[in-house]
Amino acid sequence: MISLPPFQTLLDDHAADVMAVLRGAVGRVDAEDCFQETFLAALRAYPKLHDDSNLRGWLLTIAHRKAIDHHRANGRRALPIADPDEIAGVTTEPELDEGIWALVGALPPKQRAAVALRYACDLPHAEIAAALGCSPDAARRSLHEGIKRLRKELA
Amino acid sequence: MRASLEHLAERAAAEGLLDVAYATADSPFGPLLLATTPKGLVKVGLPNYDSEETLEDLAARISPRVMEAPVRLDDARRQLDLYFEGRLHEFDLPLDWQLSKGFRRRALRAIDRIPYGRTRNYTDIARSAGNERAVRAAGTACGSNPIPIVVPCHRVLRSSGGLGGYGGGLPMKEALLRMEGVGIR
Repeated sequence: MISLPPFQTLLDDHAADVMAVLRGAVGRVDAEDCFQETFLAALRAYPKLHDDSNLRGWLLTIAHRKAIDHHRANGRRALPIADPDEIAGVTTEPELDEGIWALVGALPPKQRAAVALRYACDLPHAEIAAALGCSPDAARRSLHEGIKRLRKELA
Repeated sequence: MRASLEHLAERAAAEGLLDVAYATADSPFGPLLLATTPKGLVKVGLPNYDSEETLEDLAARISPRVMEAPVRLDDARRQLDLYFEGRLHEFDLPLDWQLSKGFRRRALRAIDRIPYGRTRNYTDIARSAGNERAVRAAGTACGSNPIPIVVPCHRVLRSSGGLGGYGGGLPMKEALLRMEGVGIR
């Protein structure tokens, strides 16, 4: 059996990023509920976790599922994406500026999540893949498709 | 974020998902690490111990569901404050003994019954724990006390009256005894 670190270290290291992803995915108001649901689900599963090599990816996967659950429960298709100023630790690249988040919010779910994880949370492809539960190639494709679509919208 | 985390700790506790809650408390000797399970106080980390290592040890031995939740330790912290001010002589806190087994646990329970301002020697403790000859083991039990101060292993001295040992260092043991009005030879 592996010895897992105290759960508090996951909160110290990743809670801010999980909150940022959720704000990007469901908006500032609903992010709080999803945040609680994410970490309660993580706490439930934590003692039985077999692999602690990517705890951040594991948490973001749960957060992603909670965001999807949230949207299903609300029966919405288009998702609000928070204003980038509201997202903690934002690392937007020059070509992705302000008004674009409204367009990101209109992307299909996988593309939207990939774009948010890449540009709101600055995650590398491997971690985006872990969070989305797909291969790194598929994550790269979703990101690429998302960016392509945004470029077209902006052109 | 802080409010979200406090809310999370309370919800986790309500749903039975918070196995070890911890907080730090001030003391005249430096910060103490306090940890509780739903059963009671399970660990007091003295200032000369590394908190991070202590928390890792609790995660391995009790459960990895370890979270900072100061509210859960308000009562323990309040009683410790009063004790250090000399205004509280007997702690009234539920204790969780799970980190000690067998002879050690019996020895620590005997130590827990030593009144404020009084002392016993290692032989007394060995006898109370059911084996008068296990004096050295009684010493080890004191040394392994996971809940020092509250379980007052500082009140155990050598038969000769010498101070013996203390996990927090001998100056701390001496200061605690003086505070309780015990004359040290």
